[in-house]
Parts: sequence; C-alpha cells; structure tokens
Amino acid sequence: MLVTVTIDGQEVEVSEGTTILDAADMLDIDIPTLCYLKELNEPGACRVCLVDVEGDANFQPACVYEVTDGLKVRTNTPQVIEARKRVIELLLSDHPFECLTCVANQNCELQSVAKQYGIRDLEFGGERNKFPVDDLSPSLVREPSKCILCRRCISVCAEIQEVHIYDVIERGFGSVAAPAYNESLMDTPCITCGQCIMVCPTGALHGQDDTQKVWDALADESKHVVIQTAPAIRVTIGEMFGLEIGSLVTGQLVAALKRLGFDKVFDDCFGADVVVMEEGHELMERLESGKDLPQFTSCCPGWVKFCESFYPSMLDNLSSCKSPQQVFGALAKSYYAEQAGIDPEDIFCVSTMPCVAKKYESQRPEMDSSGHRDVDAVLTTRELGEMIKQIGLDIKKLPEEDYDEPMGYASGAGVIFGSTGGVMEAALRTVYERITGERLEDFELKSVRGRDFKEAEIDLKDGRSLKVAVARGTGNARRLIHRIMNGEAEYDFIEVMACPAGGCVGGGGQPIYSGRDKWLRMVEDRAHRAKGLFEEDGQKEYRVAHENPFVKKLYDNYLGDPHGERSQELLHTSYVDRQLYTHEERYSDKKGEPMKVAKKNH
Amino acid sequence: MAPKAEILVCGGTSCYSSGGPDIYKNLIEELKRKELEEKVKLTQTGCFGFCEKGPVVVIYCEKEPNGIFYCQVKPEDSERILKEHIINGEIIDDLLYEDPETGAKIPGHEDMGFYKYQQRIALKNCGLIQPYKIKEYIARDGYRALGEALSHMTSKEVIEIVKTSKIRGRGGGGFPTGLKWELTAKAKGSPKYVICNADEGDPGAFMDRSILEGDPHSVIEGLAIAAYAIGAEQGYVYVRAEYPLAVERLEQAIKDARELNLLGEDIFETGFKFDLEIRVGAGAFVCGEETALMQSVQGERGDPRFKPPYPANKGLWGQPTVINNVETLANIPGIILNGGEWFSHIGTEESTGTKVFALAGDIHNTGLIEVPMGTTLREVVFELGGGIPNKKEFKAAQTGGPSGGCIPKEHLDILMDYDSLIEVGSMMGSGGLIIMDEDTCMVDVARFYLDFTQDEACGKCTPGRVGTKRLLEMLNKIVEGEAEPNILEKLEALSNQVKKSSLCGLGQSAPNPILSTLQYFRDEYEAHVFEKRCPAGVCEALLDYVIDEEKCKACGLCAEKCPAATIEGDKEEGYTINSEACKSCGICEEECPFEAITKG
Repeated sequence: MLVTVTIDGQEVEVSEGTTILDAADMLDIDIPTLCYLKELNEPGACRVCLVDVEGDANFQPACVYEVTDGLKVRTNTPQVIEARKRVIELLLSDHPFECLTCVANQNCELQSVAKQYGIRDLEFGGERNKFPVDDLSPSLVREPSKCILCRRCISVCAEIQEVHIYDVIERGFGSVAAPAYNESLMDTPCITCGQCIMVCPTGALHGQDDTQKVWDALADESKHVVIQTAPAIRVTIGEMFGLEIGSLVTGQLVAALKRLGFDKVFDDCFGADVVVMEEGHELMERLESGKDLPQFTSCCPGWVKFCESFYPSMLDNLSSCKSPQQVFGALAKSYYAEQAGIDPEDIFCVSTMPCVAKKYESQRPEMDSSGHRDVDAVLTTRELGEMIKQIGLDIKKLPEEDYDEPMGYASGAGVIFGSTGGVMEAALRTVYERITGERLEDFELKSVRGRDFKEAEIDLKDGRSLKVAVARGTGNARRLIHRIMNGEAEYDFIEVMACPAGGCVGGGGQPIYSGRDKWLRMVEDRAHRAKGLFEEDGQKEYRVAHENPFVKKLYDNYLGDPHGERSQELLHTSYVDRQLYTHEERYSDKKGEPMKVAKKNH
Repeated sequence: MAPKAEILVCGGTSCYSSGGPDIYKNLIEELKRKELEEKVKLTQTGCFGFCEKGPVVVIYCEKEPNGIFYCQVKPEDSERILKEHIINGEIIDDLLYEDPETGAKIPGHEDMGFYKYQQRIALKNCGLIQPYKIKEYIARDGYRALGEALSHMTSKEVIEIVKTSKIRGRGGGGFPTGLKWELTAKAKGSPKYVICNADEGDPGAFMDRSILEGDPHSVIEGLAIAAYAIGAEQGYVYVRAEYPLAVERLEQAIKDARELNLLGEDIFETGFKFDLEIRVGAGAFVCGEETALMQSVQGERGDPRFKPPYPANKGLWGQPTVINNVETLANIPGIILNGGEWFSHIGTEESTGTKVFALAGDIHNTGLIEVPMGTTLREVVFELGGGIPNKKEFKAAQTGGPSGGCIPKEHLDILMDYDSLIEVGSMMGSGGLIIMDEDTCMVDVARFYLDFTQDEACGKCTPGRVGTKRLLEMLNKIVEGEAEPNILEKLEALSNQVKKSSLCGLGQSAPNPILSTLQYFRDEYEAHVFEKRCPAGVCEALLDYVIDEEKCKACGLCAEKCPAATIEGDKEEGYTINSEACKSCGICEEECPFEAITKG
C-alpha cells in the first residue's frame, strides 16, 4: 500500500513500512547514520539519525521509524541538527583521539560524521573508557576503546556467520562489544574470517598489520623474497587506486610487486591448480571407495576452523589437501628452492591475500612441511595497496608485466578460485575430464532454499552422477551440514567459503568502504569482482589445471603422482578437534611462563 | 479457659528479616506447651504494610481484646502474648503502636492514621490470609472472578469491563489496561502471550514484592483473566532474583493452582487452557522496561528495542503480547467481580481506583499504603505517614523512582494521580514515595538517582550510555565544588537532550530528577555552584570546619597544629577558622581534645 509522507515540506509517496531514512533518500535528503547497516543491523541505537516527527515530543530515529500515511517529518530544523551534534559529541567524548595513527583514519564513519557536523570541541567531556587492546589473534586486532556500540560486528558474526563471538558485555557506560567474558579472540572459536572488520565503522576492529615484516625481509639482502598473489587480489586492488569495482589489473599488480623489490613474483593460482590436482584425485579416490563422502573443500581457513570448532565429527570429510597458499608455500621452499638452487632457509615467502584468516592459517603449527615455515608473511589487499602507495606508485599508470616462472603460470581453473563456486568448478573440470574423457561444459549451479546454498548434479556418463553443493558464509554452511546430518540431503562434493559476499572476492582483507549501504554493496561488489575473475579465466590459454604445462612439469619432475607419497607429505595436512574456549588451557599449559600480553598495552 | 483466637504473624520480607520466623516458631512451641493448639490458629500472612513498626503480630479473638495490633514484637515476646493476651485477656501495652504526635497508645489498626485512610483493593488479602494456602484465597472470593469470566463472559465482555473501569497500568507509564488488552486481542498472530512484570527495581519500592509474597494467587488470577481476554494460553511472570520469598510463594501458588485445575487444561470445564512459568531476572533495572524484559524472557541480554512495534503487535518471540504490572493484575479480579463502574468511581476521573505507595524516607510511618487515586500528598505525608520526625520541616517528596521527580512544599496539596504528578514535573511511576526533610540536599538527591540510572543503563543508545554518565559527572562536579559557572545551563541542556533522544523509557526519564530539582530548587544548585556552599549541609566537600564556641576551651592546640595557619585568635578571645584559607585537611578536628571542631 502506498502512503504519502511529508519530509521537510516535500511530499513523497512510498510503500507502507518504508523507513523515514529511505523515504528521505527518495527526496535526496541525506540523514546521517552510524550503527545502521541496511538489512543486517538495525538497532536504532546510535541516535545520529534523529529527526523530528510531528506530534512526537521526542526525536525519533529515522533508520527504524516506519512511516504511516500523512506523517510529517522535519529533518532540517536547527533543533534536529543540534540534537545530532550532541549525539556525535557524546560519542566523541568517549572515543580516543588517536585519529592520526588510527587504521581507520580517513575511512572512519565516526570521523566523517563528526566532520560533516563540524564538531570542533566537546562541550560535554569526561571520563573515557580505556579497554585493553586484544592483538593476540594472528588475524584480528580489537581496540575496544574505539568501539561505538553500533553492534554491526555482533550482527554479522551472529546472523550471517552464525559463529556468535561477540555480544555486548557489561552495562551502562562500561558496556562494550566483546567476546564472552572479554576473552581474547584467540581463545574463542573465532574463525578469523574478518567480516566484523568489514562492517566496523571505526578502527575498533582491524586486521593484524604485517607490512613491517615484509619491509624488513625486502631490506635483508640475504633473503630471497618471493610473493604469491591470490586470485581475488587482481580484481580488487585497483579499487584502492580509484578504479571501478572489479577492475582486472593482473599485469599492473605484477609490475608493482616487482618494483617493490620482490625477487620473484608468482601466482597463487598456480598453487590453486595444484590443489585442483590433489583435491580432484582425492575426490576420485573417495568416489571409488565410497568412504568419507561428501568431500568438503579445505582451501578456506575460516571454514576449516569453523568445521574444527563446531563440527569436529566432519573432519574426515574435509579434503586433506592444504589451501593454495600453503601448497604454494610448501612448494616454494622445496621444489622452487631446488630448481633455483637456493637454500630454502634463505627464502622468505610472502603471500598477498584478500583475507585475514590466511594470516592465522600461515601460523598454524603444522604448516611447516617444507622443513621451514611454509609462508612467512601474509599481506591483505589493504596492506599491499598501502605499500604500493608508499613507494609512490599508482597501479593505474603501471605497464602490465608477467609473472615469473616456474610458479607464475596458472590455468583459468586456478584463477576462478577467488569466487564462490570457483573451487568447485575448477576441480570438476579436471575430475569430469578424467572420468568421462570429455570437457565439462555449461556448468551451472542452481540455488537451493533461497540463497542458503547452491547445488548441481553432473552426469558422469558411466551410470554415476556427481552431486555437488556450494555454500558461502558459515551460517549457510551450518544449515547445509544440518541437512546432511538429518539425512535431508546427500552430496559427493561440497565447496564452502567462509565469506558470505561471494567467497574470497568479499574476503575480510579486501578494501573497506564506509557507509550505511556497505553491506548490500559488498553483495553487489562481489558480482563485479567475480566477473573480473571469469574474464581472466576466459582469456587463459589453458582452462583446466591438468593441462597447465608448469603443473605437468611439477608432477613429472618432482611430485610424481597426484595425491602420491610426496604430495601427501608436502601438500596435505590434518585437522584438530578444537576446544571452543581455550583461555584456561592456554594458561595452564604455560604455568610459570610470562603471559603473552597484547603489544599495544605496553 | 482460653477463648478461640487467631494470631496473624507478618511474613513479609521486612518482618521476616527482623525476626518474624523466630516469633512464629516460638509461638508454635508456646502454643504446644500451653496446649492451646486446638483453640488458637496461627497464621503467617503476607505483608501488613507497616514495615516501620515490624515485626507485626495481630490477634483476633472471639472475646475482647479483639483485633489488637502489636508492633516491633520480639521473639521473646511470644510467651507474653499467649499468657497475657490470650489466657489473661489483657492488652500488652508496651507492644502497642504509639501515635507519634500525641503519644497515645492505639490498639486497633483501624484507628491508626496509617491504616485509617487506606482503601485496600490490590492489597486486600495482604496481612490477612496465608499466602501458601490457596483455600484461604478462595475463601475470600479467590478465583471467582476467573470462574465468572470463563463461564459467563466473552473475552470481549471482559475487555469491556476492564475498559469501563478505566484502570491504567500501575507500572509507571499509566497506559489504559483495557485498551492494551483490546489491541492485543485484535492483533494478528498466534500464539499470544501474557506477561506479568514483577521486575520491581525502583530504589525503595516494594509494592509488587508485597503483593507477590502476600497474595500470589491474585496475580495468577489476574493473568489468567488477561489470557482469556486476549486469547493466550501461556503466561510468564518475570520476577527479579532479589525477591526469593516472592519467587518461592509464587512457585507454590502456581503448583497449588495447577492441582486445583485453576491452571492447566480445561479450566472451570470451559475448555480454556492456560499455564504459567516463572522467569527469574538477573538483577538489571532496565529489564523492567517491557521490550528489555521480553528479551530477557527469551534468554537474551535485556536490551530495550525501538517501539513501535509495540508488544501488543510484536512482543515475546515476535508474537502479540500483553505485559502488565503486578499491581495492575492484582486489581483485575476485583474489577471483574464488582464491575468496571465500581472501580471507575474510586479515585479521580482520569485516574481511577487506588494506588499502592511504598512510603519511605524522613517520615514516621514508613511502609506500604494503598489509597484512592487523588489523595493529596499532604494527607499521605501527615495523616498516613504521621508527619516528619524530629520536628523537621517537609522539604520535598520524590515520586516515580529514578524516572520521577521531586515535588516541593508548595505542591503539598497536589492530588496523587497520573496526570497531576506529570503536571508538576514528576510521575506516578510504580509507586515509590520518598519523603525528604529540610536536611536533604536536592543536588545530592539528583546525583543519587543519576548515579543509579547511569549504572543501570543498558548501554545500547548513545544518550543513555554516555549522556547519563556526563550528567552524573556534572552533578559530581557541583557537589564537589568544582563546577564552572555555566554548568547549570549545560546540565539543563544535556538533560533535555537525553530526555528527547534516548531509545527507551529509562534514558528518556533519567534526567527527570535533575530537571525537577532544577525547577524547584535552583537556588540550591546556585549556592553549590557560585558560593561553593551546600545549604542543607550535606555535601562533604562544601562544608567548612567550624569551632563550637561552647565546647571550645581555647587551648590553642588547633591553631598550633594547623599546617596552613588558618586558625586565628588567642587563649583569651578564643579561636576561629578562616574558612576562605582553610584546606579542609581535618587535622584540627583530629587534634581537638574537646571535639569542638566539626564540619558544618
């Protein structure tokens, strides 16, 4: 039903139930917001969006107030502006003034709204909350003193990811969004996906910064520094330089990395091709034996930790193959070292990822099958973008350059790893061809149960068919697993990506955009970014992993058979049945040893 | 030969904690010893309300003396009560209530000012029946209203009666109960729920506790009627954990009601089905706010949410829900039995019925009273309350708890009803009524309440979380004597901001204690800010050390010890403290051998 609303004297027709915020937007009147994230987090808590509704003694929040016919709203009176200013002032009065050194500087929603409302001093200053920084997690840093209680992290973690790490703890002035009992994220079942970082309006949640490690390695002449670039980086790093969402800048990226001083610039998609070989053969073996089906993909460390924490009974179903990052790292310090005649001890292996979970993954104790730490440092898209800017380069203006050999060439299969469904499709291209002898054409996944997950059935032409499913976001994965456990569905192969907005293209290490529609935009962005990846896939000479000549060479000269003895030793791993909360465990093991305290607290 | 008698021992929390159970135990033993068990019935009742004078024991006897009200009884008085009163038929004079003004001993409660003006509807059984015995409740017309409603009325008719009674919510807001029921009955959605809000959190208020402890079945009956009216089959009572006795008695009452099929399937063989569960809160004041309460019942953190949608449309688990306060529900059976008209004639035009107040503070008779709406504040303070002790002046009455305001002397004749209280800048609230005498500092009162609300705020909205904290900080500065000259304007501005922009009732009403004291006692604030003086002599930091001339022996020790040399004078003339220069270190007070130096 349509209703007529008057906002600042202008009439607008909207459907009943529209919020004042959206109705005003139709009149091109912008009302500021801070806590609000459309369709994800609508608590009406921050009160920055206050407006004057005729007949109401109190100001009302535009973000959650639903209009009724004949409603008269003023958004522009001096009283409304003053009320908003006071709310912003109150928020600032309990906020550390560290903007210049804050990770969110110039990309902070609180900072922007304070600037928009011309806050120059604080009339109502007073005590400020000082919460300790939690930077024990290899992936995320929490600076709760910068938390403005918007609850977006709570919503994304609970509603989308269904991991439920955060809630508000304490009450009154001392309340803050935090894990249960204010434990360090490290001691919680946090899957390190970093989606909370993507929605945080301030610098209260951000990724660990590993750029200095990389600068130090680059400065160390005894080190041979190699870098691998994840598939999803090439379609997002351009955004940091003002390019359109989803712009494909593979060649420019390579050029930038070479100018940064990396000795070799390799492609993680090569690692992905190897994963396809390994995971594909593993799947074929399981299909033969009928054991441990469905096989779940294991290239997403957030998903792996989720499975370890919440569904340890499913661990045998996880592919034992490492992720492309770790496969690449292990090969860099064995195969490449041997080929190039470099002591693996002297190789410093960097990866650049759209992800903060990869930082955690690289530090898992078992990730040293090369005899060394397989991957030494992980940079997110954001960190890498900053490094490129620091050496004064603009990716838009760089020429295209090629990856180095022998680990720089990837098939299209490796490239599409960066998008949801990509790992599945990449593996199926090889598996299908190996079983049927034919090319897999027109592979298409169909949605199951709304947007929860997608599935497909592939005829293997030998009487068998392969049932596959793809879930993005761990909340959806949870529902998929429950369907399997309840016997409502049966699959052979399942791809799970922890990040809800299209897998790695919407990863927790990607560029962050401010704004109330950022959640919906992330969903839209991923489509553009995924398009970029499939564009590169289309341009590739080889589109299946097993035809990649460099992969062939690797197996012929070094690894032997896929999923063979050497592969299993180097490229496969095992998983851990995890405790959910580990604080006591961590401290009881290390009794007498000094506790690890967050760096920032000194 | 002893006459037949009934001894009522108050079993409310207050009397309970001051020796009630021991009195009860001793009486049982004494009755046994004196072989009076057959003749004398011993009853542990709910709260009598007169907590100031507890523990209370009342004796009804077939012969005189009958209906004698004994105050401040001690466990060792048990033997005397039986021997002197029951056996010998003598009134025990020293246990009688003494009128604070005349000093006269008053044996019967109907002659005591505290009870004389009361009209008890919600409290009608409190202090009369054994809360543990459902049959005593039934004997006093209990569950008859439910029976009537289920057997002879449609749910619409029930709602009509409640609407006619014009009863408004007793929890604070004063929303018309009948309308609330009607909206919920009409709301689309099934199942529907009824909730009793027993999360009484205002400091000093204990109306709901007393009803739950003294007459739990009245609340259960009220809930069942509400459930019938709106079409609910499940109800919840949300009680705070700090009320263990209320929880215990309610649990027993629910069990007893189930046994008699007054809860459960096919109640009164009408096919109506209803059951109740208790949810115990964990001590957060904000859970008294209805949306927060529902979150808490659902097992989540008790944070309020934006309204609309109101609980009538989207309440517990998103379903249409009625939330009523304990006292509101306790009034319902009476309204159904006696009719809406009857109720609407009690009280004032727009505030019908009676209201229970928890009378506390600087007043002779603290305790629980139930008076018709529209009784004047003056009557409550001076007739029921017995006036202000120690011949002090009445200064203000605080109503409505932390959400309310302070009513000054000039409004003593105000009618205690919803709208009149709002007109003078306060509110009814749940019925807390704190009387303050001339020695009360109004700035300190405001500070006390802000300290409470900012601590109890849930932390969800910015004004509620940070705004209340900043208000408290400003008040702290004022009472510490550190306030800048423009602080009162700032205080007022931020108070209005918090009031107009907070998410829930807690934040919206938190500044009321400041705004009402600023309205009526601005001069006191100004004295604190500009003269660094607390007129009531309460705010420690603003007090000066003075030498009491009468006690001073002019020994000169203080002048000698004062590190700032601010004590002037000599052994002939005596000494004075130069308050301008004094650093308030307190050494002179410690050193003075004659206790002649104090802060004042």
